[in-house]
Amino acid sequence: MTATAGALAQVPVLAAGASAPAPVLIEFDRVAKVYKAADGRPVRAVDSVKGEIRAGEFVSILGPSGCGKSTLMMMLAGLLRPSEGEIRFKGKPVTGPQEGFGIVFQDAVLFPWRTVQDNVRLPGEVRGLPRDEQIERAQAMIRLVGLAGFESKFPHELSGGMQQRVAIARALSLGPSLLVMDEPFGALDAMTREQMNLELQRISLESGATVVFVTHSIAEAAFLSDRVFVMSGRPSTVRDIVTVDLPRPRAIQQMNTDRFGVYVARLRGLLDAEGGHS
Amino acid sequence: MSATAVKPDAPRGQRSVPDSVPAIVTAVALLALWEGAVKVLEIPAFILPTPSSVAIRIVDDLATGVILPHLWTTFIEVAVGFVLAALLGVALGTMVALVRALEKTIYPIVLALQTVPKVAIAPLLIIWFGYGIHSKAVTAGLIAFFPIMVNVIVGLKTVDHRRVLLMQALRAGPVKTYLKVRLPSMLPYLFAGLEVGIIFSVIGAIVGEFVGSSVGLGTLIIQRQATVDVAGVFSVLAYLSIMGLVLSLIIKAFAHRLTFWARSQEIVSP
Ligand SMILES: Nc1ncnc2c1ncn2[C@@H]1O[C@H](COP(=O)(O)OP(=O)(O)O)[C@@H](O)[C@H]1O
Ligand SMILES: [Mg+2]
Repeated sequence: MTATAGALAQVPVLAAGASAPAPVLIEFDRVAKVYKAADGRPVRAVDSVKGEIRAGEFVSILGPSGCGKSTLMMMLAGLLRPSEGEIRFKGKPVTGPQEGFGIVFQDAVLFPWRTVQDNVRLPGEVRGLPRDEQIERAQAMIRLVGLAGFESKFPHELSGGMQQRVAIARALSLGPSLLVMDEPFGALDAMTREQMNLELQRISLESGATVVFVTHSIAEAAFLSDRVFVMSGRPSTVRDIVTVDLPRPRAIQQMNTDRFGVYVARLRGLLDAEGGHS
Repeated sequence: MSATAVKPDAPRGQRSVPDSVPAIVTAVALLALWEGAVKVLEIPAFILPTPSSVAIRIVDDLATGVILPHLWTTFIEVAVGFVLAALLGVALGTMVALVRALEKTIYPIVLALQTVPKVAIAPLLIIWFGYGIHSKAVTAGLIAFFPIMVNVIVGLKTVDHRRVLLMQALRAGPVKTYLKVRLPSMLPYLFAGLEVGIIFSVIGAIVGEFVGSSVGLGTLIIQRQATVDVAGVFSVLAYLSIMGLVLSLIIKAFAHRLTFWARSQEIVSP
């Protein structure tokens, strides 16, 4: 990846892999974030992150908790300014939230006074789309995430997994070219989580969106991703990038194969090599 | 359609007694005790009338129409004062909560003013706004304003920042963010403030009338007190209570409709 980082953002192809490479969508150019801790001392949460993500890719960002994954996501989403370096989207520096971004936070962050449908059409409402179109899009997205029939329910009437699907539907409702997800399934039980992983795989392939997916689960990262950015402990940077060379969509059963096991072992090795993180 | 959708009846004998029954029974028992005590101890009516004579007086006041102009005047004072307090409380509370400069400059002054006993200002307000309903409405509004504004500020300050972040990600401007997130988020707090505010408005209007006026329930209390018409005073108190009760039930009904989603949420009231 290091070969292409830098100036040639818009150049569509610099043969990097076996399959025909898509154009670069996102570049991290020595991105760092320094927070001020409670005692006033600077804390370097993210340091010198480099890398690029191509259109249509599913990239996971894997790292121990507290290593700065959310910080990196927030900077990518344009909700937080990097202290150093810059992130480029389609060649232009990200200085704020962009049109074409869909964001899913760790918690669903639904509005409890709105029904499922009204939550999903919020982005269309904010953008000022005609009402009919808002509703049409919302209903299509609700169907896509498998919640047809729940349009007029309120968030408190749904399970955690369903709420998170509403949040995904909302993020997809304006047809984003980039879906940014920060540990969206962190709060779910293992069974629901597996199911949500399958759904997300289907949705990402169906919508063709580029997905940047933050997780601290090795299996989840390996199962979903084209490539996994493995973060080191604080101050964290991208320690290595693992390409999971298995065609998507993948079946859950594949998680039991030797081939998959090799990737999991590799990712675990990279995380463990760090050592010392809590 | 499906059998499972049918709501099961409450099991008989377990919840057949409505929640309000014990309170009503107790109230009736206390009134009976009062009635009995007055009769047995032969307490004169100009000290403490029996509940039955008060009841007769309540009916009389309505039948003769004596109470109506007073009730109407006080209601207008309360309503105008309350609406003013609500509008100002939301407007000023919003500005203080969202504009840093105002929080630093205006809010400390407002908090300091809050310690002034507002009823003590009523005589001044009569000088400034006259003997009519204006001074009473202002007194009512002034007292109701503080709990409303404080709740608006607390409500806006405690809005879940992730909701605001989401609006930012959707590239919503400050007005849309306010209308779609901040305002609905703080409604439970606002209504807690309004419920206190409406009761405070009634107090304000009555105090204003005590200080000086020619019509209103507070005025009627003073007039009847002067003639040692104790049953008459009790009758006015009953009408005052009913007015306060009805007004706060109206507020509660709105709160019920607009904040159904926040039932379990903790609400502060000052
Ligand atoms: N607003 C902030 N102010 C100060 N320190 C912060 C702030 N946000 C995060 N941090 C610190 O930065 C580090 C990375 O946090 P975060 O990005 O949330 O990690 P992760 O998402 O990987 O768990 C943590 O040590 C955290 O304490
Ligand atoms: Mg995080």
